[in-house]
Amino acid sequence: MDINRRQFFKLCATGMGGSSLAMLGFSPHPVLAEVRNFKLERTTETRNTCPYCAVGCGIIMHGLGDKAKNAESEIIHIEGDPDHPVSRGTLCPKGAGLVDFVHSNSRLKHPEVREPGSGQWKRISWDDAFTRIARHMKADRDQNFITKTADGLTVNRWLSTGLLAASASSNEAGYVTHKIVRSLGIVAFDNQARV
Amino acid sequence: MTNHWVDIKNANVVLVMGGNAAEAHPCGFKWVTEAKAHNKARLIVVDPRFTRSAAMADLYAPIRVGTDIAFLGGVINYLLANDKIQKEYVKNYTNAPFLISENYKFEDGLFSGYDEKARKYDPSSWGYQIGKDGYAAMDESMQNPRCVFNIMKEHYKRYTPEMVSSICGTPKEAFLKVCETIATTSAPDRTLTILYALGWTQHSQGTQMIRTAAMLQLLLGNMGMAGGGMNALRGHSNIQGLTDLGLLSNLLPGYMTLPADKEQKLADYRAARTPKPLRPNQMNFPQNFPKWHVSLMKAWYGNAATQENDFAYDYLPKLDKGYDVLQTFELMYQGRMNGYVCQGFNPLASFPNKAKISAALAKLKYLVIVDPLATETSCFWERHQDYNEVKAEDIKTEVFRLPSTCFAEEEGSLTNSGRWLQWHYKGAEPPGEARGDMEIMAQLFVRIRDLYLKEGGAFPEPILNLAWPYVIPHSPSAEEIAKEINGGALADVVDPTDPKKVLVPAGQQLPGFGMLRDDGSTACGCWIYSGCWTQAGNQMARRDNSDPYGIGQTLNWAWSWPANRRIMYNRASSDPSGNPWDAGRKLVSWNGKAWSGSDVPDMRPDAAPQENVGPFIMNPEGVARLFAPFGLLDGPLPEHYEPMETPIDANPLFPGSPRATHSPVVRVFKGDLEAFGKSKEYPYAATSYRLTEHFHFWTKHAERNAVTQPQQFVEIGEELAKEKGISSGDRVKVVSNRGFIKAVAVVTKRIKALDCNGRKVHTVGIPIHWGFKGVARPGYIANTLTPFVGDANVQTPEFKAFLVNIEKA
Repeated sequence: MDINRRQFFKLCATGMGGSSLAMLGFSPHPVLAEVRNFKLERTTETRNTCPYCAVGCGIIMHGLGDKAKNAESEIIHIEGDPDHPVSRGTLCPKGAGLVDFVHSNSRLKHPEVREPGSGQWKRISWDDAFTRIARHMKADRDQNFITKTADGLTVNRWLSTGLLAASASSNEAGYVTHKIVRSLGIVAFDNQARV
Repeated sequence: MTNHWVDIKNANVVLVMGGNAAEAHPCGFKWVTEAKAHNKARLIVVDPRFTRSAAMADLYAPIRVGTDIAFLGGVINYLLANDKIQKEYVKNYTNAPFLISENYKFEDGLFSGYDEKARKYDPSSWGYQIGKDGYAAMDESMQNPRCVFNIMKEHYKRYTPEMVSSICGTPKEAFLKVCETIATTSAPDRTLTILYALGWTQHSQGTQMIRTAAMLQLLLGNMGMAGGGMNALRGHSNIQGLTDLGLLSNLLPGYMTLPADKEQKLADYRAARTPKPLRPNQMNFPQNFPKWHVSLMKAWYGNAATQENDFAYDYLPKLDKGYDVLQTFELMYQGRMNGYVCQGFNPLASFPNKAKISAALAKLKYLVIVDPLATETSCFWERHQDYNEVKAEDIKTEVFRLPSTCFAEEEGSLTNSGRWLQWHYKGAEPPGEARGDMEIMAQLFVRIRDLYLKEGGAFPEPILNLAWPYVIPHSPSAEEIAKEINGGALADVVDPTDPKKVLVPAGQQLPGFGMLRDDGSTACGCWIYSGCWTQAGNQMARRDNSDPYGIGQTLNWAWSWPANRRIMYNRASSDPSGNPWDAGRKLVSWNGKAWSGSDVPDMRPDAAPQENVGPFIMNPEGVARLFAPFGLLDGPLPEHYEPMETPIDANPLFPGSPRATHSPVVRVFKGDLEAFGKSKEYPYAATSYRLTEHFHFWTKHAERNAVTQPQQFVEIGEELAKEKGISSGDRVKVVSNRGFIKAVAVVTKRIKALDCNGRKVHTVGIPIHWGFKGVARPGYIANTLTPFVGDANVQTPEFKAFLVNIEKA
């Protein structure tokens, strides 16, 4: 049996072909040694939900790395989840491009600040960012918090800082955000549902 | 959605109006094609554009932007005039037989109680007549002229097919065909489902548009039915969840509301939110309000919330007015705000009148952006040719930009449009130093709390006493939070009829909101989500997709609020004696002892039909409101008013009453009124929308999507193109009274000129997806053009109907 590499792949593409070859005593070892496997065969599958519209299509993310502590993970492919009762494995033109969203060049990687009047971003540490923002918020709250109105009503609100919440963050992130925002007395608080 | 995505397949007629599901929700729209293919369903699409949804339709009717109430009011008139309603349903499950106050009036386009100076209604004349027994009075024969049925009939008789055609520009024959097809679903065993989206919400009368449709569904007996319902197709993956969790200026979790200034005591607050029944024997479920509220305060403030301090009532901020985003940006524009945090939200692109938004941001002292992407808002101070004409050196705002994770890098639950909470898992580490939203918020909070602990400051108590029991304080886990949202027993929860019987031992997760107590013995972060993570574990992660009844009720897939119920008001799927209106797609029915079926009953399980417990358990009447005696700011019945910018200058219903041209109670800030355009200078109706290849302002950052729709364009009809000498591919400038955009013109047969009130109205279509950041070609922010004004009730901006001019660039 004379067979080149390309033909070998064609044959192996069907299970029957592969096993018949083995039955014939043909050893694929020398050929396997020189090719790459189909990437998705060794990915780790993780179930997730499309973050775009609210159909909530099920997705399967294929990642490199086996989730071991020292293995670096990277999503290389995203497809529809065929078990999902609504989407049944389909993705729309938006969701079909999800992997490019994960790896977009526009993804932010480090905390940054743009100082007043400046024309550029400056990289800062998380610690600096949190410290400076916490300082700003406390100063503004202490100065502008309204405990009582002019006619003596207790109102305990802080009007001069507001927060816009996300539309694709999880319920858990949303709940924590709400809990914190109200404890500070913030009322200028909305999410995408307002628009 | 009152129903859910898969349930659309059970419909006999589908109305897509105020939305374009085929392009905006393609994988959900597949259930419309399923209904057509396997249930012989007819699809009706009503839209200013011949969309891809319209391309799939059996019936398409064009409509002028912003005139949906006139259209739907016309359908109501058709149903009432031709006796095409589900009579038993209307009589038993709606307030049609209820008597309305003798003082209620509607004259010259205004309801009784109007205060022109304050631009507000006093709704006291819209209430029910109360009988000697203390309950709302009714006339079951529906003969009394003051009963809702007759008031409504009188109100909508003005909406004749001729009037509809004149206001909406819809040809009369097309309108009547739509009416006839919708009317077939008044048969008890036929249903219509209504699918809508931002095409209804983004109007100065969006709330009332949706109400008109809901009234239609009630008249046809389609609420609570499989294949029926009012189905809002929400635009973002967790906009439903964040709304359920109360992330809105006036809300608390589970649709509870923040107190008003005048509600100084917990008792005042409760009294306004714990209604008394308006009819005998009703469930009047909001009577449980104190249990939901106390349990929330226990989740938030733990041991600091006690009976003695009214469960930390003073810790809640009180409202003197609404602080929606338009109000907030107005205050910012006036220089009255110092700080703002944008978490995964891009207001420069998403809010109306970009010039005003940009000027407002420039008045802030500090702006914090938390986002996975480099958004336009984070770069509002950067000059990008004439896409963003600003001078960085003039802008003194200190801008922080914090990188956050995206969906693939985090775990937790999202709530889809069908109210399913679905758990998802982390698949990879985020790029660079990016961190999760939860951690970012917690880090910030812990720092602020430490500062208050060390230094003191303004009213530190709610900050210092906020319950923060998380194993890693600066990074709570999704599991910890989900359990807190579900709620647990702080002390043994006992049977109210037998205190010796412990229903939930202290320390356990609650099985559902039925176990909540108002004595402080339970904590629950969001009562409607109680049941999502019980003692049996994470219900949101369930993945059994079996459908034993064959009607799409996969009760063991994920978890749906409330109580894992998939179709709300499902008691109404059976007749008053408890037998299904349609045995072929039974939801719940009475088996002689209890309610049961293919869904979790939306009814007390042992409420025998002869007890007459109404199916709309959240209303103290027990029935649905065709006429809303309270709750709305702009009238108890929907009425057509023109958009704030109208191409026909008058309301054809009230040509002699200029006060009734536009909604008389819409809030307009000083300066924004002057920024409205008039049809003389801006003669064309305009509307903004989304394309199937893009998701808002996100996917222009994703290469594949940017390749499929790389460049900004606007759509105009052939007739307008000819008048203006514009050809497909020309560059055009679209101008409103607030600014301009330049884009490529697409001349199309999909948008036709309409004849409205004797004028020819052209429509300019404006897809929204471009901006000055991302990998798609740079473009202008579409909301440069839109007016800074919102819906009368909820202040959602009027993005769907405004005025522009167009010329070759």
